[in-house]
Amino acid sequence: MPEPEAALERPASQRAMFMAFTRLALQGFGGVLPVAQRELVERQRWLTRPQFLEMLSVAQVLPGPNIVNMALMIGDRFFGWRGALTAMTGILLAPLFVVLVLAVIAQQTQGMPGIAGALRGMGVVASGLILSTAWKLAGGLRRNPMGLPTCAALGGVTLLAIGVLRWPLVGVVLGLGAVGMALAFRKLP
Amino acid sequence: MHDLLLGSHPLPASEWLALFTHFLVLSLLAVGGAITTVPDMQRFVVHEQGWLSDAQFTGCVALAQAAPGPNVLFVAVIGFNVGGLAGVLATMVGTLLPSTTLAMAATHWAKGHQESRWLRSFTTGLAPLTIGLLVATSWILLGPTRTQWTSIALALGTLLFMLRTRWSPLWPIAVGALAGALGWV
Repeated sequence: MPEPEAALERPASQRAMFMAFTRLALQGFGGVLPVAQRELVERQRWLTRPQFLEMLSVAQVLPGPNIVNMALMIGDRFFGWRGALTAMTGILLAPLFVVLVLAVIAQQTQGMPGIAGALRGMGVVASGLILSTAWKLAGGLRRNPMGLPTCAALGGVTLLAIGVLRWPLVGVVLGLGAVGMALAFRKLP
Repeated sequence: MHDLLLGSHPLPASEWLALFTHFLVLSLLAVGGAITTVPDMQRFVVHEQGWLSDAQFTGCVALAQAAPGPNVLFVAVIGFNVGGLAGVLATMVGTLLPSTTLAMAATHWAKGHQESRWLRSFTTGLAPLTIGLLVATSWILLGPTRTQWTSIALALGTLLFMLRTRWSPLWPIAVGALAGALGWV
């Protein structure tokens, strides 16, 4: 559903953009991306949905946190590099404060058995949450041009090297990454 | 105040620099998001340097998952527990500086070259690695509790909940906190 360009708004000022990013970051429990799409595309109307998805695909190619890369790109689009810094600070500053307050509380109360136990239980759930992200992404491998057996082999060797043998990430990403890229390059038109 | 700034066991300058440089390198390897570098952070912080215990490390990631905001903030909690606010500075700037610089430099280039064979080989070729790294992250976070069948059940229950419902992850996090506080996992 294409939305007409003319209907788009732009942030009134860098301050307004900062506040918008702070607001969406503070609403994002377990991932900010869905909230970002709602706020930036539907509420503020700063981007069309195709623009949002295009930026996301670029943000995913770049190393670093996707949502932070998105903020940088959106800030840069409206206000240049200063805007990029404003948007990034907006998305990080308030949540950073919140998480550090939680960290101080956890540190002060770590002697209490109930608190230590609660954090241990949350750690188990965090493990399950990350597994669910892996599961959802793994569905996309069926369309990967390298084919499912090759993908399974690359993923399996990565898991073994990093999760079980505990090899350093640098060598594994550069080594296996190069193999994966070479295999993909041959399969892609 | 001193504890807050430097942590309860202040890091010597050389160790602060080691923390900073390690996160600086990992920043550029975070091809599937910062969370895929968790196994290497744990290897460095827990096994190599001995700054945190296995359970403390998992606790850092768990705490950040329960808080609002970008997931990358777990690196701030790790930094805080290793070396107070000085540690936060090391891990946050280390994580963000290289990727931010690269993002600013590469955005304009990448926009026009999304269809290039090189860029598509990069995303296609690295996709299976990202999934392997996420599963490794999940396995390592389960490290402190892996031997209990109840914690395996809770982790798998969380997986099912996230795949079958559209509810917020805050629900399983609350269940996990309660189960942990009661000593079930």
